[in-house]
Amino acid sequence: MHLVLFLIFALFALAGAVNLLLQKHPINSALSLIVVMSSLAVLYLLLGAEFLAMAQIIVYAGAIMVLFTFVVMLLNEGREEKTWGSHTAKTLGFPAVAVLLAVLSATILRAGRHYGMISLSDGVTTTQELSRVLFHDLLLPFELTSVLILIAILGAVALARKDNGEA
Amino acid sequence: MQLWMFVVLSLVKVIVVLVIFLTAVAYTVLLERKLVGRIQNRWGPSRVGPFGLLQPLVDGLKLFLKEDIIPSGVYRPLYLLAPLIALSCSLLSIAVIPFGAPMTWHGMRLFEISDLNIGLLILLSVTSIGVYGIALSGWSSNNKYSLLGSLRASAQMISYELALGLSLVGVVLRAGSLSLTDIVKVQAVHGIASWNILGGGQIIAFFVYLMAAYAETNRAPFDLPEAETELTGGYHTEYSSMKFAMFFMAEYGNMITVGCVATLLFLGGWTSPFGDLIPPPQNLVVQALAPLFWFVAKVFCFLFLYIWVRGTLPRFRYDQLMGFGWKFLLPVAMLNIVGTSLVLSLL
Amino acid sequence: MNTTVPAEWYLILSAALFTLGVVGFLIKRSLISIFMSIELMLNAVNLSFVTFAHEWHAVKGQIFVFFVMMVAAAEAAVGLAIIISIFRARGTLTVDQIDLMKL
Repeated sequence: MHLVLFLIFALFALAGAVNLLLQKHPINSALSLIVVMSSLAVLYLLLGAEFLAMAQIIVYAGAIMVLFTFVVMLLNEGREEKTWGSHTAKTLGFPAVAVLLAVLSATILRAGRHYGMISLSDGVTTTQELSRVLFHDLLLPFELTSVLILIAILGAVALARKDNGEA
Repeated sequence: MQLWMFVVLSLVKVIVVLVIFLTAVAYTVLLERKLVGRIQNRWGPSRVGPFGLLQPLVDGLKLFLKEDIIPSGVYRPLYLLAPLIALSCSLLSIAVIPFGAPMTWHGMRLFEISDLNIGLLILLSVTSIGVYGIALSGWSSNNKYSLLGSLRASAQMISYELALGLSLVGVVLRAGSLSLTDIVKVQAVHGIASWNILGGGQIIAFFVYLMAAYAETNRAPFDLPEAETELTGGYHTEYSSMKFAMFFMAEYGNMITVGCVATLLFLGGWTSPFGDLIPPPQNLVVQALAPLFWFVAKVFCFLFLYIWVRGTLPRFRYDQLMGFGWKFLLPVAMLNIVGTSLVLSLL
Repeated sequence: MNTTVPAEWYLILSAALFTLGVVGFLIKRSLISIFMSIELMLNAVNLSFVTFAHEWHAVKGQIFVFFVMMVAAAEAAVGLAIIISIFRARGTLTVDQIDLMKL
């Protein structure tokens, strides 16, 4: 069961990510990114992180990506133009990316022998456990993040308003 | 229990719930037409069947037989996808709602499709995905009215989602759980006196939820996205036949879901308003059906309120709508959280 | 029916998604798509955090993902505001045409 679900949603995630790269229109890329995020939410559920799975959908798919589609719709920028791009990206970038993937996989595979197997019966991290850690041990970082978000809101408003003063 | 039995029973539950839900959607439309008719001093549909009771059937048939027009300027993939997203999100949220008392049969819950620890979060996440149906339909139609409607709708839905989510925190604090069954159990003790809206002291949260939910479902007085006087039809201007019907069903399905959620979170779910005053019935069938009756009755009252508001209140202006959401509902919801947690920590 | 999946499969999936994000960052020419590739990389890293949290039964790994989400939300708000103001000033989102420091 776990294996089947993992394979299905891993495939969805990879297909979505590849589609993000191939699509020329930003709105299609945004939708494929939503597919990736939703399948990651299912994978989080398989890993027993139920609160995170829902937060992933609410925050990423439901809020951040809505902002993206909103901006795409608002600016109505059409298809991406085919440009030369930078030569450095082609000559240095792709070999570097290939090396990156190779190094990551090799490290994971070598260390992976010590890792366990994951099954559906492993139990879930309940929201209670999560919030106990969050609000007892990590209260200060939590409060700092809320300040960060407040600053981000102010910054976004300041950046996006028109210059002539009247909001 | 065997896996195949689990699968078969779940499928049966899903099908039964879907059929009932879709019928309820059809008859909510009729209820709205009848009620708004009465409010405007006319009869509403009355020709088809007794009291117009067969009207939804005929409406469905009509929409089904209409020509399906796809305008030439639309961006086809998303144009076709959008109504599907809207409808499936609307139908999805019913999966976590418990309709009746938690009775089990061979280890399976009878009156809900699935009982989850995070039921409330699932409802919220499905709502937040539902924005895409509307946003994409307007954009892909390639029509200025649709685009304006969908821009309005998505901005409105993102803004009111905050107030909606925050208004539920008080309820969650009181129950100490995100499971809908647990939230109802907290309210079951003394009948109406322990419902969240009264005994739980969440009456402010209830009204914040009410208003945010009206805005989330794009209903009057917040129906700016489809304000027909300015935008012809809003985001579904370019849709016809079954695709239009899907948006229509999604809207009314969302109304019913909102009614179910309000019932569960604030009005005590399936519990009777009399609590212990009436001794619990001995008969097993009555024990199973009485909670179902109370649940349906409460949802009906909520839908009645919904339609009543639509029939009597004028539409907001868009800047008023945004100001109301950000400057009034959001601070009130936050104050409610602070108040509730203070009281709970003192008790 | 209770099959298991080795933890490293999740990690390899995460590495692959991260790499795809890097590739997207390199080949995409629209500012908004580049921004989306960054979000993809963040998501890929989150997956490995959750996997390790499960592997070592440490709740803090999940909390980290929670923080990443919050920071990503803040970043998206500011980033999209920047993108809107760039579009206002230049009328385009193609990165090759946004190569001047001033107007």
